[in-house]
Parts: sequence; structure tokens; C-alpha cells
Amino acid sequence: MNNLKRTLRELARYPSAIFGLSIIGILVIVGILAPILIPYERAIELWRGGEEIWYANPRNVPPAWINWFRTKKLVETFTLDSAKGEAEKLVDSVNNQIVLTYTFEYNYDTFPQEIIFYFRAQYKQQKPFVSIVWYTPDGRQIPIDNLALSTTTTVRFSQNERLARRFIDTSPVKGLFIDPTSDVKNPTIVKGTYKIVLTVTSFEPETNVDAELVVHGQVAGWAGTDHRRRDLGVAILWGTPVALLFGLMAALGTSVLTMIISAVGTWYGGWVDELIQRITGVNLVLPFLPILIMVGTFYSRSIWIILSVTIALSIFGSGIVTYRSVFLQVKESPYIEAARSYGASNARIILMYMVPRVIPLLIPGLVTSVPGYVFLEASLAVLGLGDPVLPTWGKIINDAQTNGALYEGLYYWVLEPAVLLMITGLAFAMLGFSLDRIFNPRLRGQ
Amino acid sequence: MPEKTVNNSSRSVIRKKPESTFTRVARYTLVRGITLFLTVVVGVFLTIIIANMGGYVDEIRKGEIQETYQQAAILNPAIRNLPPEERNKWVEDQIRLAYKRYGLDQPFLVRAVIYLRNALTLDLGRSLNMTSDTGSRQVRLIILERIPPTLILFGTSGFLLFFVELFFALYLSRRYGSFWDKVVVTLAPMNAAPGWFYGIFLILIFAAILKILPFGGMVDAPPPPRWSFAYFVSLLKHMILPIMAIAASQLVLSVYSWRTFFLIYSSEDYVEMAKAKGLTSRAIEQRYVLRPTLPTIITSFAFLLIGIWTGAPIFETVFNWPGLGRQIYQAIGLFDVPVIVGETVIFSYLLAITLFLLDFVYALVDPRVRVGGQGGAQG
Repeated sequence: MNNLKRTLRELARYPSAIFGLSIIGILVIVGILAPILIPYERAIELWRGGEEIWYANPRNVPPAWINWFRTKKLVETFTLDSAKGEAEKLVDSVNNQIVLTYTFEYNYDTFPQEIIFYFRAQYKQQKPFVSIVWYTPDGRQIPIDNLALSTTTTVRFSQNERLARRFIDTSPVKGLFIDPTSDVKNPTIVKGTYKIVLTVTSFEPETNVDAELVVHGQVAGWAGTDHRRRDLGVAILWGTPVALLFGLMAALGTSVLTMIISAVGTWYGGWVDELIQRITGVNLVLPFLPILIMVGTFYSRSIWIILSVTIALSIFGSGIVTYRSVFLQVKESPYIEAARSYGASNARIILMYMVPRVIPLLIPGLVTSVPGYVFLEASLAVLGLGDPVLPTWGKIINDAQTNGALYEGLYYWVLEPAVLLMITGLAFAMLGFSLDRIFNPRLRGQ
Repeated sequence: MPEKTVNNSSRSVIRKKPESTFTRVARYTLVRGITLFLTVVVGVFLTIIIANMGGYVDEIRKGEIQETYQQAAILNPAIRNLPPEERNKWVEDQIRLAYKRYGLDQPFLVRAVIYLRNALTLDLGRSLNMTSDTGSRQVRLIILERIPPTLILFGTSGFLLFFVELFFALYLSRRYGSFWDKVVVTLAPMNAAPGWFYGIFLILIFAAILKILPFGGMVDAPPPPRWSFAYFVSLLKHMILPIMAIAASQLVLSVYSWRTFFLIYSSEDYVEMAKAKGLTSRAIEQRYVLRPTLPTIITSFAFLLIGIWTGAPIFETVFNWPGLGRQIYQAIGLFDVPVIVGETVIFSYLLAITLFLLDFVYALVDPRVRVGGQGGAQG
């Protein structure tokens, strides 16, 4: 306990260690919060979901916060659902009419990609009839459509023929926002409160109609969306615990097992030591990444399998040589001699007396090796060998790469996961470097 | 990544019993040679087993063959119109012949051993699916074709960075605690990210936004005539970003490790002594710092030499570089075991030969090391 306190006090002297530790702290908090905010099953369902879950999102748009850095504000994506009380609903049972009024503020400098109404109607035989009217802030009134509703009906403004005929110079959705008195080549956008009124005429008393207005803007959410309309936030959030767990477990498993195997080999010597050295040799010949790729391609892309194979292939790495040279010195120490003379068991000597001596070497090495494994998981995902169900940072980069995000200028798509990977790697590396200087003062120089 | 473990295993110089140098060296050479060869044998055999998924790839191939001939039977009007029994017999005969042709009628273990023998004698055989650009199925040709791109890229960057790193590290070890030293210590953690990762950033900046360098590939499309000046310029232009990416992922960290390594040797008593004698820092560096560190520098250089042969699957994929790394990735995707095994065998041999030679090189450059002396730390 005292040791830990002393180490922490020492660490506080290194700004890079404090920086690293705070970032790791934040990441751990996010890592714990992610499964609470979005439970595992829900996350997977969301990430694998298609149009039925993500219909309200436009494709390939950057996050909403980029508006903070822009003078020309991009349209935000939003939905208004009358069933959730987001639209004014008046039921006039005398005249068999339902009036739904959607009101929204429009203060953007660009046009939305699409405006859609999703109608849900309940009726027995007679289909209810709806008329859609658009009210602009400058008091114009534009009739959009009149149609009979089935149980589910979708109205896409961009495909509306009446609007297309009305706005010959521009597209149906743009025309709704343009000031008709302005120049055709350089149109001005009418800002203010827009209103859409749906007047539903029903022919049966039990009829009920609700409608959800979906406006696909040019920005969405806090993380943007990808080519399948998915909110990248899900993968950004869930990628955190996955990256941390993979990195930490691989680093911990590898370092601890390497150390124990090395200690056992050095202690027993003879054929045990020889065998371990030969396995290390064979392991050097085995191609690490190709084997991981083979396991991913041929066998299973489950993150647990990949993790196990990674650890199995890393145990007999160059670390064994380093630990061995230290253990060889430790083995000859007088206190080991003393332990042997009072009859301590082999296991006791290895685990209680030898292993603790290399902890100063182990801990910095462990922390420094975390980024390598975090990036390894991302690397495999970039090759398309990420876990098939889990949303991870690497898979976002993979999606972005395969869909040509860089060619098309969708930089946010690559930058978000990349920056997170970078920050994570940097945090562990900074902490590891500081720990190394604390535990191995020789490196601090003269 | 060069190995940077400080090779300070205590090589004891205590002679146990008198033995002639020749017998000692001869015996050591033999034992070491056999051990390394066995290591290669086991390593390659394991790769064969893994690359075949313990025989699973054979099942895939059998399935493919069956499907091919069943399809052929349906598509070929002469066969299609035969009575069912005869048609089935034709299909089965064809499948059996195909099995025999590819050696699939033998159990997997037998095949694995034959495979091992062929691989070790560098008889790499024919590929299953891949072809070389010239249309050959010879694994040797397929691999040979991809060696130049990998060697050009990783060789250039490797040598360039190696000497730049050593130069800066020596410079910094003389100016311990200076501004640049602090910069290197601060920036070292930045190198936690791999090359492909920086590659994405560099492509984003220089290709996507600034549009001054190509996104990837080795030369422009259509390629200029080979060996022309235009070809060379185009190649150079395509190499800038990859080399920058490699440098970004290792330069500072390597300088940092080498500088720390040199510092440890610069604080030895004999260096202090040399300083006290008033030798110039250049002389001290050459005689007392570089010489004892030479084995480590050579090891690192040797691993660099092997490293440039392996290629890097992800890095080459990101930069669309037609090298060995991307090829092995493609081979795995196509279940092309001969290509995977071929590349592994070449790499293992290179590694084993390098390790074998290193022991002698150590003895040559460091009089404290004896060939066949106690405790060779290299596994």
C-alpha cells in the first residue's frame, strides 16, 4: 500500500503521467457508462440494424457540433412525431376531422436533404384522407399533397410530383424554403417558423391517424452517420470498452504469463529452460499477423478467439529473453539461497520471491504494450476481420475506408475513431514511459 | 521494428576445461545449425497446419471441386442428357480424378508431411487460386513478382531511418537534457500508433485535402515505361507518403531508445576515464561508446534486413502498395495455402540464417564474446 502511495506521489511529478492517467480515467468512465447507457444486446441490435431502425437519419453526414465552427449553419436532422406529442393534434369528432400541426424553427443557411412523413393510420374499411399544406414564415401557403392513407404510408417530398412541377428551377425540397422573389441563381432562404398542417378526414368514428415528420439535414447527432444511416455514436461509445478491454487483457495476459514462464524456466533450468527457449525460437519463425489473419478468415472473428490467439502468440516473444536475463541474476541472489535452505517450495520461491523482483520491469512494460494491442484490434478490423457483431473503432475506420470516405471528403468518419485510438494509445504510452522512469531510475540518467 | 533489448546477458569468460578453439567452434556451429534448422522445420510445419486449418481447407477445396463438376454435368448437354446413373457416375469419376490430381485422396497428415518436405526444399509448387501478373500459377513467380515493391519501399525507409535514428541518438546522448532531447522524450509516446494509422492521416492531409500527393499505389496509372526517368519520378512521388508514415510511427521512439541505450554506455567508468584524459568527444564516441554497443546495433540492423522482406499487410493495404504483405493477405482471403506457406518458408530461412550468422559476427566485433561460449541469449 505504501509502495503504491509512493509510486503515485512520484507519478504526480510527471505532467505526462498526470495527462495519461486522466485520459485513461475518462476512458474507463466512458467504458463503464457505455454498457449502462446502451445495453449490450441493444448496441448490437442498433449496429446491425438497417432502415427500420435508422430511417430518421440521413446517410453520410457529419456530427451536429461542426455548426459551432461554421458561419453558414448546416441543417440539423430532427423528427416530430404526433404520437409522442411533438405535434399539435386536434380531433374534431363532429366533422370527423383530425388536424395535425407541425411547427419548427428554420434558421439554417442550407437546405435539408429530404423531408418525409410516415403516416400510421387505424381504420376498418374506409381509408382516411389527408391533405398536406405547407406554411412559410412570410405567410405563403403551399399545398403539397392530398392522398388516401393505408395503415402505413410514406410521403417523400423529394419525389412529390406536384412540388416538382411547382418548383421547376430547383428541387422540390429546396423550393419550399426559397424566397420566390429572390434571384433564381442565388436564392435566399426564408428563415423563421415553418408550419405544416395535415388535415385528415376520416369516414369512420374509430379512425385514428398519427404521423412522424422526419427532416434529413446535413448534420446529425453528436457523431454523425455512416453509409447505412447508423449513428456513429453507438460505435464510438461502445468501441471504448472494447478497445480498453482488449488492450488491457492482452497486455496483462501476455506480460504476466511471459514472466511466469520465464521464471519457471530459469528456476528449473535444464530441459525446461531449453524447451522454453526452443518454443521462443519457433515462435519467432511463425508469422504473427498472417496467423491472426488466417484465424480471423478461416475460423472465427470473435474478439475472444482473436484475443486468445494474440496472447498465445505473444507469450513466447522477445520479452522472455529480457526477463530471463534478469531472473538469471535473481536466481543467484543470497535471499533465494536462504529461502531454499529453509525448505521453501519451488512454487513459493518462483511466485513469492522471484516474480516480485521483476515487477518494476513488468508494470511499465505492461502499460506501454497496451496501445500496441489496442491498435492490433483496430488493424484487424481495418482488414475486415473485426468482431462480426461488436461495434468497434476499427470497424468504423474499415467502413470508412471501404466506402471511400477520404475520397469523398467525409473526414469526420475517419477522424473520430482515429483520434480516439490516438488519444488512447498516447495516454497509455505516456503513463508507461513515466512509470518506466520511476521504476528504472537508471534511465533518468546521471 | 528492430529489436532494442539491451543485450547485456552476462557472457562469462570462465573456462571450465581446456578445449581447442576449433572443436569448440565446430561443435557449436553444428549444434546451432541443427537447432535452427529444427526450429524452421517446426515453425513451417505449424504454419502448414494452421494455414490448412488442420485439414479444413482441404474440405473447402473438395466442396469446390464437387460443385464444379456437378455444374459441369448440368451445363454440358452431352452429359446432361445421359441417364441419371451414368451421369452420377461421370460426376463421381471426375471428382475422384480431381482429388487424385490435387492429392486430396491422401489423409491430411500425409499431405502435410509431403508439403513440409517440398516447402523446406523450396519447391513451392503451384498456387490454388492466385496468378502472377504474367498469368503464371507458379508460387515462386507469384512471390518473386511482389518482392521488388516491398524491398524498394521498406528497404529505402528502413535504411534511411536506421542511420538517421543512430545519428540523432548519438547527437542527443552527447547533449543529454538539451531542448531537442526533451522534445524527443516528450514526443516518444506519439509513436504508439502503427504506420498504417499515420498513413490514413497523411493520405487525408496530402492526398484528400491538399491534393499534392497520390492516395496510394506504386506508380501512376497508366504506368510510365519501365526504367524510364518518368517511372522513377512517379515511384518516388508514391513513396513519399508511405515513408513519412513509417517515419512518423517509429522515428522518435527509436531515437529515444537508442539515445537511452547510448547514455547507459556513456556512463561507464571507462568513458569517464576517457573524458578525464581529455579525449575529444568524437574519439570517445568512436572508441568507447560505439564499440561496445556494436553487437546491439548489428542485431538491430540484421533484424531490419529480415524485416524488409516481410512486408506489412495492413500498411500495404492502406497505401494500395503491391507488396508481399498485401499478397499474403490476399492469399489468406483466397485460401491459397501454397502462397502463404511459401512466404513463411522464405522468411523462416532468412531469419534462421541471420540468427546463425549473428553469433559469429558478435565474436568478430566484440573480443569479449566467444563463439560457443556460455549463454547465448538469442533464442
